[in-house]
Amino acid sequence: MAKRVGMEVAIAAAEAVGMCNIDMAAVYPITPQSHIAEHLSEIVADGRIDAEFVTVESEHSAISCVTGASATGARVYTATSSQGLMLMHEILPIVSAMRLPVVMGIANRAVSGPLNILNDHSDIMPQRDNGWIVIFSENGQEAVDLTIQSFKIAEHPDVMLPCCVNIDGFQLTHMVEPIEFPDQKQVNKFLPPRKPYATLHPDKPASMGTFAMSDIFHEVMKAKDEALKDSKKTILKVWAEWEKMFGRRYRPVETYLADDADVLLLTMGSMGETAEIAINELREKGVAAGLVKIRLWRPFPFDELKQAVKKAGILVVTDRAVSFGGPGGPVAGEVKAALYDEKKRPLIYNQIIGLGGRDMAVSDFVKMVEDAVKAGAKGITKDYEFYGVRG
Amino acid sequence: MKKRKWPEAWHEVSPGCVVFAPANAREYHTGSWKAQRPIWDDSKCIQCGVCYIFCPEGCITQNEDKTFRADLDYCKGCGICAHECWPGAITMIEEG
Repeated sequence: MAKRVGMEVAIAAAEAVGMCNIDMAAVYPITPQSHIAEHLSEIVADGRIDAEFVTVESEHSAISCVTGASATGARVYTATSSQGLMLMHEILPIVSAMRLPVVMGIANRAVSGPLNILNDHSDIMPQRDNGWIVIFSENGQEAVDLTIQSFKIAEHPDVMLPCCVNIDGFQLTHMVEPIEFPDQKQVNKFLPPRKPYATLHPDKPASMGTFAMSDIFHEVMKAKDEALKDSKKTILKVWAEWEKMFGRRYRPVETYLADDADVLLLTMGSMGETAEIAINELREKGVAAGLVKIRLWRPFPFDELKQAVKKAGILVVTDRAVSFGGPGGPVAGEVKAALYDEKKRPLIYNQIIGLGGRDMAVSDFVKMVEDAVKAGAKGITKDYEFYGVRG
Repeated sequence: MKKRKWPEAWHEVSPGCVVFAPANAREYHTGSWKAQRPIWDDSKCIQCGVCYIFCPEGCITQNEDKTFRADLDYCKGCGICAHECWPGAITMIEEG
């Protein structure tokens, strides 16, 4: 039977990994991911699972280590944050090019400088184009569920791609939340042992991480792009299976009171819950407001997004990262690109919010929506704004 | 149908570019990269083997008649053999 417990989300994420029959993990601790690293190493050290925990000397080694282990056919896990993810960057596109189903938890944290350990999405956004499946969780339950699902998605023979689960640092990782843990037997049924496409074994020689010059590289990149786009079919199937077995539904784009909304807010990650309360308040005030939450960032859910925003007049896109000197936040840039060919598309406001852990209250989301409704098209004087910035 | 050495179209690329045939690097003819090729003047060659020793590709061999030649499937045309050949028996000529 599933059991409901109160648990810190980082600890819960490590517990979820512990339920996935992993063979090895290599995790280098970094705030705010540290509790995932510490707790997973305890689970291994206490003999609760039969796995290796490799204490590497850096995040570059952590990702390299799990990549090598994954190539042997092992089920592997790593996790990081911020600068750690930046240090992993060199290896990330190689993991996806080698089609290795590495699963990684990212406790999202602002990248330096100035040094800041608190939450935003400036660590994951520069990693957008590495060919990984990128999923965002909104609360602890989702962090647990998505972690377990990620192994099944990543290892599926129609996918074979690495997958990362974003868990907002502190806002989620350090919160104690009520979490329903699925039954281990049910998880075993949902997630059978990995069946690797190729392994490093002398009985069946294989060369991995091979060389490709201009005569074939172009085709290899196209194949990788198609593989990532095609993974959405499997992601949807896995989420449908999860819903059937465990009762919780996951969709690439989640909506809240969006069907009849004139004005929509768009969030990614933990701020979706705060924004939901803001939508409730706006509805009580008589504003036909709704919320759109992007869960699946790569492959980008074009159809679901278009469907979700097609009736709205105004869309307020929030971003938790800056594309310095660019067209706006990374989320707004992609949302605008996705809607470019639509005959009817909403006016788009882009608000950059909550950088480096800057708090966003319910009232802030209410204000953003109210200001946008009041100003209409005339209010969009800049491509993007830093919401609440002083001066 | 002629057996192809590697995929032509993107959908023929094996996942992760994994190669299951061992030791097939020899099928990749790196000699296709060269812009110049070495030509031996056997009348000047003193059969010292300096070209054979210096060739970074290891693609120069001595024939039964004692002359030296490069395997053009793997010679990248670097010209080190011509540079090192002190009797001046090797000339690099443009690939055409």
